[in-house]
Amino acid sequence: MPEQHAKRSKGSKMSRRLWLTGTAGLVGGMAIKTVYDAVNTASAASPSTVSQPPLPQKQQGISQSVPKDPTKVPGRLASELGQRAPYEHPRRLVVKPQLSGYSVTPLQDLRGIITPADLHFERHHGGIPAIDPQQYRLLIHGMVDRPMRFSLSDLKRFPSISRFYFLECSGNGFLSVPSEKSTPEISPQRLDGLISTSEWTGVPLRMLLREAGVNPRAKWLLAEGNDAAVMTRSIPLEKALDDALIAYGQNGEALRPEQGYPARLFLPGWEGNTMIKWIRRIEVSDQPFMTREETSKYTDPLPDCTARLFSFEMDAKSIITFPAFPYRLPQKGWWEITGLAWSGRGRIVRVEVSTDGGRNWRRAVLQSPVLPKCQTRFNFLWNWNGKPATLMSRATDETGYVQPERELFLRKRGAGTFYHANQIRAWKVQKDGRVLFDI
Amino acid sequence: MNRPLVLSIVCVGCLLEVCCWQATPQEATTVVMQTKEGTTEPEMVQQELPVRFGFGQRATRAEIAAWDIDVRPDGQGLPAAAGTVAQGRSIYAQKCAACHGPTGKEGPFDVLVGREPREGFPFGKSMEFFRQKTIGNYWPYSTTLYDYIQRAMPQNQPGSLQAHEVYSLVAFLLYQNEIIGPDARLDAQSLPLIRMPARDRFVRDNRQGGVTFR
Repeated sequence: MPEQHAKRSKGSKMSRRLWLTGTAGLVGGMAIKTVYDAVNTASAASPSTVSQPPLPQKQQGISQSVPKDPTKVPGRLASELGQRAPYEHPRRLVVKPQLSGYSVTPLQDLRGIITPADLHFERHHGGIPAIDPQQYRLLIHGMVDRPMRFSLSDLKRFPSISRFYFLECSGNGFLSVPSEKSTPEISPQRLDGLISTSEWTGVPLRMLLREAGVNPRAKWLLAEGNDAAVMTRSIPLEKALDDALIAYGQNGEALRPEQGYPARLFLPGWEGNTMIKWIRRIEVSDQPFMTREETSKYTDPLPDCTARLFSFEMDAKSIITFPAFPYRLPQKGWWEITGLAWSGRGRIVRVEVSTDGGRNWRRAVLQSPVLPKCQTRFNFLWNWNGKPATLMSRATDETGYVQPERELFLRKRGAGTFYHANQIRAWKVQKDGRVLFDI
Repeated sequence: MNRPLVLSIVCVGCLLEVCCWQATPQEATTVVMQTKEGTTEPEMVQQELPVRFGFGQRATRAEIAAWDIDVRPDGQGLPAAAGTVAQGRSIYAQKCAACHGPTGKEGPFDVLVGREPREGFPFGKSMEFFRQKTIGNYWPYSTTLYDYIQRAMPQNQPGSLQAHEVYSLVAFLLYQNEIIGPDARLDAQSLPLIRMPARDRFVRDNRQGGVTFR
């Protein structure tokens, strides 16, 4: 094998390719030491023309053994698809393994604000459909001048935008409302893991609606999914013409199937249930459709014996992701309290942290970038004296909205509330370093 | 010439060279703007859009009809067919009872039948009532039943029911919830006229950000 490749590498085409690759900075000024190196460098530049020699098993990145001194043993080679370090095992937690089920994001394992796509929380109502992107189409009809059909490549041909946004299920945090399911032994993932943040890429929905020509009397649209639940939600036209996207990209690649591949509705700052995944149809109308989701499910009973309908926007909220159950602080001294804050109405302007159960509040450091309708990372240095402490965080957004205390929240929303549970959370640090959720 | 600009020109040069070699012509442009502090920032550009791009195809009546299955509260979308409580009872026993219980009250999945609490709509008072939301005490529109059952039920065979079966199941469930009589027959005209007990309990969202918590 080596002889054969050595022979081919003497060809003029190969030399030209190597020279170019070097110029482009892929290998820089590194000298080509061996034939083996030369072949592999070349195949990285153009895998279709040069076949790669088989690599020893340990170099394929699956089961690389760990040497005593990594500086004395050559490492493994480049690979087509990367994977996590073998010591890192962040996992979604599948809470409800049913067709209408969900899994939650491991918030306590994440850094910064971006959720890796394979850890984005899931909420499905009829399982995850398998959809061929070649067969995919989006219909726009109803009160329009020109009923339209768009293929995936049609959607991608429109001007695209990419934005960082959070996506939160409005049921996120329901376990923070006292109920028979309440427990202090609950992790940030289990408690509030129905939120993730990604860079979403897509076409502004208003561009597609302009293409179809919306009747001036239209006020609503129905969005419908291509899954077994044929999920539907009514969306005010105003939002559709504002910042709504038909998204096909997530963190630099195509949407994951769990997130709506090949295309989904994305409504920045709104409850996740409205952002119909696997979207197949948009019907423009002069009235809402009163679907099962928006009437019998995603409504909010109030203590005055009414129920809120179309409660779209996600209120400002913050959560501490460290320290939190099941982590146990091993010793007193300096610790960095960290967490995430967000608002469906714009930017977070302030996060305050209390280490004494809400008596004193001090500002946390907000990490850049602080983006509208996106998660913001906050940090707060804390010198733990080893005594019991209660940690809380409180977010304020650019509208002046302050995350409510639990008592105010329950008084206004009522004990029977379920969705939009954004009240201040508290973590109780015990003398032995254990951290429990204060329910 | 400042340092970032020189660097960006070098980078563009490299990119262009590779692109030419791979024979995929591609424009690579970098716009840099000088600001007063001497730093460089990307320039925001607003592009003019054409009135229409002309992408996509006209949707045909047939392809819209194949997918346009929704039913609105005013009855738009209801097909010409009819169903009865009696027919609904036998379809329910066959296709629904396994998940929702023999009478619609037992579960294990969503409880469908129940009028308690009859008065007051106290669902915001206690989590206890959250578990008791039914068609009879919580659903505000009768048409939603038709729309949902025909698109998503039964869960193991979604979209498999005929129009007369859906009307019959709606009739049976409304009867079980004491909303219509045992002899009722439902069709596109009669279904939207049924007034649900919880119809007037729903209010528009009044949250709007700002300092007042609602």
